[in-house]
Amino acid sequence: MRKGLNSLLLLIFSVAFLVACEGTTGTTKDESSVTGGSSSGTSSSGSATTTAAGSGSGWTGHPLDDPNSLLARRTVYFDFDESVILDQDRPILEAHAQYLSQNPGAAVTLEGHTDERGTREYNLALGERRAVAVRQFMSLLGAAGQQLRTLSYGEERPAAAGHNEEAWALNRRVEIIYRSK
Amino acid sequence: MIVNVNRRLALVLCACASMLMASLPRTGHAVLTIRITQGIEGALPIAIVPFGLQAGAQPPPVDVAQIVANDLTRSGRFSPLPFGDLPSRPSEASAVNFADFRLLGMNNLVIGKVRALANGRYSLEFRLFDVFRGAQVKGYEFEAAPDELRRKAHQISDIVYEALTGERGAFDTRIAYVTEKKSAAGSRYALNVADSDGFNPQVVLDSKSPIVSPSWSPDGSQLAYVSFEGNRPRIFAQNLSVGTRQVIAAFPGLNGAPAWSPDGKSMAMTLSKDGNPEVYVMDIATRLLKRLTVSAAIDTEPAWSPDGKSLVFTSDRGGTPQIYRIPASGGQATRLTFEGKYNSRATFAPDGKSLSLVHGDKGTFRIAVLDLENNALRVLTKTTLDESPSFAPNGSMLLYATTDAGGGALAGVSTDGRVRQELAAQQGDVREPAWSPFRQP
Repeated sequence: MRKGLNSLLLLIFSVAFLVACEGTTGTTKDESSVTGGSSSGTSSSGSATTTAAGSGSGWTGHPLDDPNSLLARRTVYFDFDESVILDQDRPILEAHAQYLSQNPGAAVTLEGHTDERGTREYNLALGERRAVAVRQFMSLLGAAGQQLRTLSYGEERPAAAGHNEEAWALNRRVEIIYRSK
Repeated sequence: MIVNVNRRLALVLCACASMLMASLPRTGHAVLTIRITQGIEGALPIAIVPFGLQAGAQPPPVDVAQIVANDLTRSGRFSPLPFGDLPSRPSEASAVNFADFRLLGMNNLVIGKVRALANGRYSLEFRLFDVFRGAQVKGYEFEAAPDELRRKAHQISDIVYEALTGERGAFDTRIAYVTEKKSAAGSRYALNVADSDGFNPQVVLDSKSPIVSPSWSPDGSQLAYVSFEGNRPRIFAQNLSVGTRQVIAAFPGLNGAPAWSPDGKSMAMTLSKDGNPEVYVMDIATRLLKRLTVSAAIDTEPAWSPDGKSLVFTSDRGGTPQIYRIPASGGQATRLTFEGKYNSRATFAPDGKSLSLVHGDKGTFRIAVLDLENNALRVLTKTTLDESPSFAPNGSMLLYATTDAGGGALAGVSTDGRVRQELAAQQGDVREPAWSPFRQP
């Protein structure tokens, strides 16, 4: 808020400076452009807010739609035949858990997936175990049980085609899907 | 309101249409083509003569002798003489000159006749001879409708196979499998049933959602499977002749891995309604569940022993997925596999003496057979992403899913590893093969 105000002041000062400079050229036409300048100063106060948002803290849209927020990240990944949440992914789950605890009307489906290796039914069970691990983690951080539904597709719905480690790493995952915001 | 009624009517009409389509015979069309890639050295030489037709009559819609020759070739245990190399083409016992066939080194000879009957049906007669003794081994006469002729041909193959190998034939059987067709609009999944040679494929379920784990009822009349329609897994049982189906399990969480008991009265399955995946047995008539496993680990992929007294299943209670055995009445589970870090989805051979399973080792997943008497594990396949082994009802072959350059494909291997087959689908991925039980004649 304070930062926004500072930017606004800075902008008004800049416009005033610009007007002053132009004033030195001394034409009546420029006088009228001063009026224009002052009106552009008004609209600039609107754009000042936008400038502040660009700096990272003032997203006015829905928090889930903020591309710079951790909430924009909806997938966490796993090692082969593992359901342990990796350190790198904990902040993502923390952000979603916090959002859910602050928005009791929001709800997600945690969709567990595996890579293609091994057998299909075992992979359905493994995908579920991954989804349940994520559910437990988020519920410890304050998300309510009824906000967290789990579903496993096992190896049936890969995110990446291909039969190599690169594709497999992308397929061993839990997707956070918002059923309501 | 009117709209609703109309929509319901439309749904009913759709259901009828799809049932009608499923019941229409589609003779002669194969979506799966089966090619033998490795046969047995010293396969039995046999002469099969094109069946005699009556002069001037409409020829039958299928070439019976060709179907028998293809069946026997596919088994890897017979080497039929090409029709073009036949020294003569007798269709009557009295016309056979055994010396000609002896000269070519043929052990056995099959001849036959097809006759159109006044009622639109066909009469089918065949004889199997021992060429060296010059004597008839088997002789049969059948009557069949035109659309039953393929099946009769497979039954002739079964008779020849059993007479010459001492093992019951499994040509007159069916296979179920799942196909996935990918497109820009998303994937389309289908559950299919075809003859054991890939002919007469019929789609029994078409869906936008994944279908897994088809399992035959012991009498071959129904298929149980898991469908993700409505974005949740449920177990269905579908009657194949009528096309109707019922929901067997739709509990919260996993509903998976259906396996009919040998007496057809119960179904083993995996449910996670009590917190984590466990194996249960449901009494189908009463829907009462009995929980078999108790562990914090994954317990899944149950399969019945042929006598129905015990089940094997996959569990990672020891840290990695391994096969365990448990009495059908419940109790202590005993670990069966110790070799390798990944052993899963076991099924019993029809004689109950061995298991087929998926064996993971150093990043490869292959089909293996575990001998339950001496605990020896034999790896049968050479590819690296193999799964879903399914025994032929006579135990001679295993069908399984593999991944080749074109995606998911099916393959077959004899349980001694000597015969190999490739089953190529005309389009899309094909997976989850399940070989039917023997059919009632």
